[in-house]
Amino acid sequence: MATPEAPAASARTDRNHGMRIFLIWLPLAVIADILIWFVWKPHMPPGTMTESAEHQQFDIAVMAMAGAPVLLFVWVYAGYALVTWRQRAGDETDGPPIHGNARIQATWIGATSVIVLGLFVFGTVELIAPAGAGAGEGPAPIWQPNTSHRLVVQVIGQQWAFTYRFPQFGGMESSELLLPANSTVEFHVTSLDVIHSFWAYQLGVKADANPGVDNIAYTTTKDQLGSFTVRCNELCGLWHGAMFNTGFIVPPRTFQAWARGVQLKEARNGILHILPPYAPSYDPTVVPQLGASIVKIDAITGAAGYYYPPQDPVTP
Amino acid sequence: MSLPVRITALLVAFAAVVVGAAFIVVHYILANPPTVTFNASGGVTNVMLQEDPQNDSASKPDWVSYFVQDPNTKKWEHTTLFSVPAGTTVHVTILGYDGCTPPRNNFWSLVQGTTGGTVNLSIVNAKGVATPTRRVSVINGWAGCTVGHTFAIPALHVFVPVASPNALDSANSLCGESPCTSGPHAVESFSFKAPAHAGTFRWQCFVPCGGGFLDGNGGPMQTLGYMMGNMEVRA
Repeated sequence: MATPEAPAASARTDRNHGMRIFLIWLPLAVIADILIWFVWKPHMPPGTMTESAEHQQFDIAVMAMAGAPVLLFVWVYAGYALVTWRQRAGDETDGPPIHGNARIQATWIGATSVIVLGLFVFGTVELIAPAGAGAGEGPAPIWQPNTSHRLVVQVIGQQWAFTYRFPQFGGMESSELLLPANSTVEFHVTSLDVIHSFWAYQLGVKADANPGVDNIAYTTTKDQLGSFTVRCNELCGLWHGAMFNTGFIVPPRTFQAWARGVQLKEARNGILHILPPYAPSYDPTVVPQLGASIVKIDAITGAAGYYYPPQDPVTP
Repeated sequence: MSLPVRITALLVAFAAVVVGAAFIVVHYILANPPTVTFNASGGVTNVMLQEDPQNDSASKPDWVSYFVQDPNTKKWEHTTLFSVPAGTTVHVTILGYDGCTPPRNNFWSLVQGTTGGTVNLSIVNAKGVATPTRRVSVINGWAGCTVGHTFAIPALHVFVPVASPNALDSANSLCGESPCTSGPHAVESFSFKAPAHAGTFRWQCFVPCGGGFLDGNGGPMQTLGYMMGNMEVRA
């Protein structure tokens, strides 16, 4: 049988337990958050090559710092309970009856509400900062960088490679991607066949590549030079896993020299003149120079006329 | 039914399932086309390919397909797997028997990653008359009937448009039996450096090909042994 305790003594004992748990938990939570911020955060993905990547790293660190104290509280409470309220040898009495504790309930509801609502507001704001947070915003972006000095790069997905067009350099196209440091970049992402996704991991940029759609994403590079990985992030066929390449952030002068060099070379070898005019997206079924649909071009059929005969169910 | 009979029946049924599963795994999942091995001579590895409007398979005879010539037997193997020694200059000759198709992205008309950024090209018409061999860096697939496919090894940054017979020949006179030995075709050759380390390098075509797959690469375009394959580099 449980021995009833005087209410005042019971409340004092509860406070003592609460205070003890709090005093164990507080330094652990502070230490964990300090470690997360100063030790773990600098190594968190996606790094700090661009402002959008740095924001994402900051977001992940803040989420971890908000989550660690909650996790530690659960662990400390569980550990404290196991040690303090464990059943001793020969003790067969019941635990004290509990009929609710308004103060603890209010604290619990209040604390969890603050955490959840805080993360909701924080996450919502960070989803759009800075300038769309490196995500594809569609053809009419709402959140744009403050500067009008932007390097425009068109990303064209095709099974199974990305190519890049630079309209500010005569519309030259390259299968390599170089970007200048300390510059705002405006990506226009599209596809020529199926759905792909342009994911420049260390840049913190990810945008779907849909045929016929101009999906715009922004980022601003910092002064950190080096390589970054571009991957397709949408299952796009057998060699989806091989659809990746490596891009580089280089000094602005190096970028200018590279881009002008490619433009000059492509003007010289003639490829620049036979590319279609730069456009937000391209109809993959039409060859502009021939002014005709691929499926309707006489005598250009391939495979003894098999490819696109009139009865093929592929007429766009 | 007695107990021994029932046990026997159960074992036979179990064995049948195991054998069936093993057959499917071996015959369909693990089955690959043969790999043709090329050796170097004087630091140069000569690889001979042809792409045809059809192939000699029983299951997909109307799929466009590559063939690889075995350097020892000179026999054309229906495969897209071949191996070359590391660090050698790989000299590729492609006989383009298939007709023309405009590339989806005309950027692939540009020769990239070959020695000198060029290919040597000659076109043989239906009468067997060949044009003089020209060294070109662009084969404009949108200018008319000029490009059949591309040969690309993305990891090595090698992208080569493969020329085709002219419009008239593409429409009327393409080779009709594979592997092709006659008929109008392009003769295209180029070189690139094999990596110094061993590895497997995917190669593929970037022109939309494969009947009924206008919205994406399908059929032969993503089937080993047809329009995509692997180049194995041996250490």
